[in-house]
Amino acid sequence: MKILVPVKRVVDYNIKPRVKADGSGVDTTGVKMSMNPFDEIAVEEAVRLREKGAASEVVVVSVGVQKAQDTLRTAMAMGADRAILVLSEESPEPLAVAKVLRKLVEKEEPGLVILGKQAIDDDMNATGQMLAGLLGWGQGTFASKVEIADGHARVSREIDGGTEEVSLTLPAIITADLRLNEPRYASLPNIMKAKKKPLETIEAAELGVDMKPRLSVVSVAEPSERKAGIKVGSVGELVEKLRNEAKVI
Amino acid sequence: MTALVLLDHEEGQIRKAALSAVTAAAQLGDVHVLVAGDASIAQAAAAVPGVAKVLHAADARYAHELAEPLAALIVSLAGQYDHIVAAAGATGKNVLPRAAALLDVQPIPDVIRIVDAETFVRPIYAGNALATVKSSDAKKVLTVRNAAFDAAASTGGNAPIEAVDAVDAPAVSKFETVQLSDSERPDLETARVVVSGGRGMQSEEKFHTLDPLADALGAAIGASRAAVDSGFVPNEYQVGQTGKIVAPELYMAFGISGAIQHLAGMKDSRVIVAINKDPEAPIFQVADYGMEADLFEVVPQLVEELKK
Ligand SMILES: Cc1cc2nc3c(=O)[nH]c(=O)nc-3n(C[C@H](O)[C@H](O)[C@H](O)COP(=O)(O)OP(=O)(O)OC[C@H]3O[C@@H](n4cnc5c(N)ncnc54)[C@H](O)[C@@H]3O)c2cc1C
Ligand SMILES: Nc1ncnc2c1ncn2[C@@H]1O[C@H](COP(=O)(O)O)[C@@H](O)[C@H]1O
Repeated sequence: MKILVPVKRVVDYNIKPRVKADGSGVDTTGVKMSMNPFDEIAVEEAVRLREKGAASEVVVVSVGVQKAQDTLRTAMAMGADRAILVLSEESPEPLAVAKVLRKLVEKEEPGLVILGKQAIDDDMNATGQMLAGLLGWGQGTFASKVEIADGHARVSREIDGGTEEVSLTLPAIITADLRLNEPRYASLPNIMKAKKKPLETIEAAELGVDMKPRLSVVSVAEPSERKAGIKVGSVGELVEKLRNEAKVI
Repeated sequence: MTALVLLDHEEGQIRKAALSAVTAAAQLGDVHVLVAGDASIAQAAAAVPGVAKVLHAADARYAHELAEPLAALIVSLAGQYDHIVAAAGATGKNVLPRAAALLDVQPIPDVIRIVDAETFVRPIYAGNALATVKSSDAKKVLTVRNAAFDAAASTGGNAPIEAVDAVDAPAVSKFETVQLSDSERPDLETARVVVSGGRGMQSEEKFHTLDPLADALGAAIGASRAAVDSGFVPNEYQVGQTGKIVAPELYMAFGISGAIQHLAGMKDSRVIVAINKDPEAPIFQVADYGMEADLFEVVPQLVEELKK
């Protein structure tokens, strides 16, 4: 079984993003970019399944600008076997990404697609579910545990009130939550090896997918900043303030 | 214009966050709600003021709100609706994007403000920026944050209930089991007071230090990701970018450093209190009342002081 893992290049999670002065978006020039943290977890899960013998090949794919090559190389340094870069504008919408991925799924015929649950730039949490819909496949979103056996995936999902388990007929879609695993660091020898692994580049237009966004950005603004309040010296003072000043207790 | 709200439920009750989705949808036009589950839930939905009609899907395949059948059902009903809305919780986020893809629509998740029928405000980058987006799709599919909209009342309404038939969908998923934390405490997402612990709580056992305080305040208990990952509390306690988004009257953070991913889930609280022994902890930058101290000394004193 082949596993496809879509990975997105995003602003590193340690960076506090800054809104552009003209309100047109978030400034990404000169900002450190990394693989979306959830996608590292997705890659790790796929590589572990291959190491356990449940999968034979891990193919990573990114839809974005040329620079997304770096993200794909990182994924290959973690153990993915080969990569596909679909060239498009930076940060296409989930609907467009899902349509691109559907085309690649039709071509590659994977038994499983593992995505991140959410990209930490647009915070959409949508692409995996949309791809599952387009393909008519089952979906195990927000996964904290995955077991593959007898043509099925048994997935533990983090839901509002606790944890739910579902069983999916393969092929299926899984989206990785934070507690699915702890991704490995790529070792230096593996980073070197990854440079020689195959990376194929395709234009989104060649796939015949309409990439035009459906949402237009009217403006992007900073949220109103909270100001630091005061420091209190004792528990008595704290309770007094909460009672008489803030009036919350 | 009419909006269809997917009213999600848990343990036979409408989720409170779903009632906020009703309030949001009412800003867009008439509100019909879809209940996939027991008749008692449909009846509860009919009593929500502002609901004009309840669509009740009683077929067993919908009982667990699995995305595959439910998205297909929503698509079959979508024709007469301009907006399809759900609370931005685990169910809405699982089901609505799938339905949107089948409708060839780009969904709009986590809406915090409705500007007009096609323009919405939503946080991006863990709430570090607010994007106003305008949709060119014929139908709008959105999830809304409950912290941004008051919950609709649960009594006073009297809407008609209409049964909807099951529709065909690929039978590719099966519900197996669910484990819900049985807590007597208020629901984390909608509680008036939240008491949260972080890695500073040290262990599962010591996390219970917060219990008497939560009891005294009638508070829900939350946690940082570090506390969840360390196994102190279950995943559903997590507050933050990838956990629950809360905006209580009072949020108290004990032994939480204040990483941006955590702040994303609580910085809209009305009053924030932070107890941390590190004077440099970033949580102090958003706290109305900060105290540099050992939480294990502070918490018992707080409980005592509150009794006075
Ligand atoms: C993609 C992604 C998503 C994430 N999503 C979330 C999310 O949804 N929610 C979330 O919370 N995090 C999230 N995180 C993790 C986040 O970056 C932080 O690692 C996490 O919030 C840290 O938790 P913490 O503050 O409990 O731990 P730490 O940062 O380790 O802080 C512990 C604090 O406790 C204090 N302390 C220790 N002992 C005591 C004591 N006895 N008394 C008083 N103070 C004490 C310390 O001074 C310190 O400030 C995410 C990270 C990533 C990469
Ligand atoms: N441009 C992209 N290229 C590759 N994968 C993507 C892209 N956008 C989203 N994804 C995948 O979809 C997941 C969810 O993204 P989103 O729906 O944007 O929050 C991510 O974690 C990735 O696995």
